[in-house]
Amino acid sequence: MRFRVRITRRDGIADPEGTTTAHALRELGYQEVTGVSFGRDILVDLDVDDETEAIGKVVEMCERLLANPVIEEFTVELLS
Amino acid sequence: MSESRHRQLGMTDDEYASVVAVLDRPPADAELAMYSVMWSEHCSYKSSRHWLDRFRSDYPWVVLGPGENAGVVDLGDGWLAALRIESHNHPSFVEPYQGAATGVGGILRDIFTMGARPVAVWDSIRFGPLTDSKNRYLFGGVVSGIAGYGNAVGVPTLGGEVEFAEPFSNNPLVNVMALGLMKRDQLVTRAAVGVGNVAILLGASTGRDGIGGASILASTSFDEDSGAKRPSVQVGDPFEEKKLIEACLELYEKDLVVAIQDLGAAGISCATSESAAAGGMGMDVDLDRVHLRETAMTAAEILLSESQERMLAIVEPGDVSDVLAVAEKWEINASEIGTLTEGETLVVTMNGVQVASVPAASLAENGPRYRRPAERPADLDAIWADAPMLPGVVDVAASVLRMLDDPALADRSWVSEQYDHMLFLQTIVEPGHDGSLLRIRGTTKGLAVSTDGDPLRCFLDPHRGAERIVYESALNVAATGAGPYALVDNLNFGNPEKPEVMWQFIETVEGVAAACESLAVPVVGGNVSFYNETDGVDIHPTPVVGMLGFCDPMPASPPRLDRARHGMELWLIGPESGKDFAGSAYCRIVLDHLGGRPEAVTPDIGNAVVAHATRLAYLVPVLHDVSAGGLAVAVAEICIRSGVGAAVAEPTWELLLDEAPSRFLAVVPPGADLGIHDIPARRIGVMGGDEIDFGSFGSLPLDDATRVWREAIPRRMDHISSLPAKPGKRGGGQRR
Amino acid sequence: MRTAVIVFPGSNCEHDVAHVLRSLGAEPELVFHRDRDLTGADGIVLPGGFAHGDYLRTGAIARFSPVMAEVERHAAAGTPVIGICNGFQILTEAGLLPGAMVANRGLRFICRHVLVRVESTDSVLTRNADVGDVLRIPLNSYQGNFVLDTDRLAALEERGGVLLRYVDEKGHPDHTINGTTIAGIANAAGNVAGVMPHPERASERLLGSSDGLVLLESFVASMAKLPA
Repeated sequence: MRFRVRITRRDGIADPEGTTTAHALRELGYQEVTGVSFGRDILVDLDVDDETEAIGKVVEMCERLLANPVIEEFTVELLS
Repeated sequence: MSESRHRQLGMTDDEYASVVAVLDRPPADAELAMYSVMWSEHCSYKSSRHWLDRFRSDYPWVVLGPGENAGVVDLGDGWLAALRIESHNHPSFVEPYQGAATGVGGILRDIFTMGARPVAVWDSIRFGPLTDSKNRYLFGGVVSGIAGYGNAVGVPTLGGEVEFAEPFSNNPLVNVMALGLMKRDQLVTRAAVGVGNVAILLGASTGRDGIGGASILASTSFDEDSGAKRPSVQVGDPFEEKKLIEACLELYEKDLVVAIQDLGAAGISCATSESAAAGGMGMDVDLDRVHLRETAMTAAEILLSESQERMLAIVEPGDVSDVLAVAEKWEINASEIGTLTEGETLVVTMNGVQVASVPAASLAENGPRYRRPAERPADLDAIWADAPMLPGVVDVAASVLRMLDDPALADRSWVSEQYDHMLFLQTIVEPGHDGSLLRIRGTTKGLAVSTDGDPLRCFLDPHRGAERIVYESALNVAATGAGPYALVDNLNFGNPEKPEVMWQFIETVEGVAAACESLAVPVVGGNVSFYNETDGVDIHPTPVVGMLGFCDPMPASPPRLDRARHGMELWLIGPESGKDFAGSAYCRIVLDHLGGRPEAVTPDIGNAVVAHATRLAYLVPVLHDVSAGGLAVAVAEICIRSGVGAAVAEPTWELLLDEAPSRFLAVVPPGADLGIHDIPARRIGVMGGDEIDFGSFGSLPLDDATRVWREAIPRRMDHISSLPAKPGKRGGGQRR
Repeated sequence: MRTAVIVFPGSNCEHDVAHVLRSLGAEPELVFHRDRDLTGADGIVLPGGFAHGDYLRTGAIARFSPVMAEVERHAAAGTPVIGICNGFQILTEAGLLPGAMVANRGLRFICRHVLVRVESTDSVLTRNADVGDVLRIPLNSYQGNFVLDTDRLAALEERGGVLLRYVDEKGHPDHTINGTTIAGIANAAGNVAGVMPHPERASERLLGSSDGLVLLESFVASMAKLPA
């Protein structure tokens, strides 16, 4: 099974990449840009038959390693 | 089968005929692929090798001269230094971040393959003007790539050069120099010896990245479709390299390797054939044992892959398990891929089938050599006759302000602060002074390095230009107290198939060689980068020299640009001219003119100047060579860095702005005796106040000069530097 | 004082910090990250570098190295533990210190001397310094921008957990360097401390500054269990 883990910055936590990019886009004339935030996608392939078990494991991976709960949130999506 | 195939691979019909003659049969696919890359300009130096014999390295302190992965010199008390310079011009144009990053990775492997721990890197980088967004993108990307790789791999970057000029707009230059240190018993070479010894491939797995990089990227010219070459660029992994460095150093410490060779251009082909040829041995190589990252790779692909962060170690059979244990500790791959054999044949098998059987030396050492036609450019006399039209009166202060705003003369902190330049607690004089100085911890020894190039003067007169950069580099290291000790050169040129380019090359080699001989400095290694040509336009000839200076003991308090104080005197040491404007910063920036003939270095005087600088470095707070921007800019730089003004009264404005060679400034307490009687030396002014005052030629508030100088690069770079729009496909565009 | 200097693959300041600690009378030993035994260590240093290439997030993978369980046990038992730069990042990832690091405000690596002011002396890193001392120490990082949500940040400041703050030449807190003013923090007990600039790089006048010594001397004094 393949999962997509999407990690995003928690609201209220500084996001220098996002702030800088938003500024750059406005410099380029996109005045309507009100915000940019960065995240990342991680594809995880699992050799597990049971979907519930698999999701549980991926969530656990996120909590332990893939995301930093101090600054990040995550969502898990089953791709195939 | 191969008639068209060898041409596709960049090989001439004559070269193909030579391969057939060597093998006494037509080459198989994998063999042809190996020859095409090993005989490329990049790997074989076929156009330059004849001329490079001109360089001398037969000095008592040279342990290994050109021909090894790096030159090695003796520093006494069992200490050796390894040094090397290499270009990554073409890859950096195609993908600036990865091109520069893998350039750093490659040069570091050249150093630790000798047994030395890499301790510092310098980068000499040249781009088109920052007014163009594409140049900003390339410059920003290259600096990020050097920082991203160098910082993470844990080797400090101690400086280098940054220059911006139009000829590099479509062909940036990225030259990287590295220095390593070792004790004498750690020295290893590539010469594989011992029948039955095992070849172990260490490090990253092998993929299709960089296939044909040497022949495609580094040995042909560019056109607007260069983006299409992107897949050839390798991706660097500094973490893998860091582990590889530590693992290899542990192998040397435990005396577990007979020989070792890094994998660079032409990958396994090059490493196996070079080490076997150097040891006069043969080698059986089994490609099934190579750890691969991709499936269904052909033999030729595995042989030519330029995947980064790999080394080939030659190990005695009894040591194999210990070597594998060290690899395991550092979490790197290790596979036994070959065995040394009697004879001199490199035999490669895959899936049990022999895919290549060639004399190792025919790949590595006996490639073609050319003496390409050379011809003095027809317009050279006209260029020399086109001396700059100098104005009668010049506001020197205003000219200085313009020059301080030029990114090539301005503050480079924007660059050097992105590099870790403090690791190892060894950096005594950091980037931003004439030369950088580092100590060997636990000894009294100091090593200085300066990298220098001067494409404008080398264009006007390659021979004189080359001599001047060698002398400038010598003076730069001398200004830290280190006498010039050894040199490496990176010769960046256009298309050698053009006789004018070949003439520039030959003149340059002669100039570098002559200056080094006068200074008694050995040339211990070098690199040649030809085909720096885009859309038929060649770059200016750009030799870059990396001078290593050595001192023992090191000055207790080496000169720095920020140590001038109110009331100190400014002295100018060295011969003056007042007429040397050809190729000067003033002509480029203020007059927008390039023409005339630069003055030549006078070796005897040049040597005396270098010797005095080396001596004075132990005595005075500030030494600074006079170079781009002349005396006026040199004074301004001291004022800005020290935060104190100066008053300098000269009889003519020309003396303030010309760039006659072999001169330096010393700032000393009032009344000091410099002890100079054999060359010109005179007091030109005093430090003090908050103006840089050139008397009747104008005055400049120190604050203004400081602000302009500091802001020149940031104000051009610290805004959106988005990727340039992709160049549209040209109708009918074709590569030659 | 036996000091364990932990070496992760990718660490690069381990020899530097060991060199300076040795000069201060400590007995540093390099301990590889796979070791599980820190018995007898009087103090622990997590040095700077790029542990595991800083891949995923800085410090994220290193915190799972076998040795970290021992580091956590020692930290809980009151052993002095300091993290410098990357070591600081690992301590936050491991939850031994609050907060996290994000990229510098300018999105560029920064290597230069900066000024930091001592805000609290209740820690193994600052006990020999005086509040208000301004130290000139090199910063060397890309992800050095300390972040923490408002409530917890207030709590950290309230309990004197902020040890060092970036200041400008006039002594005013300066967030323009990398986006935060916080350069060093400690846990509530004061025995675990993280510092972003590198005190070992400011250990000799010849290197440009010796202002970092007071921090490492504090650490050595803490290991020796000298009365504060």
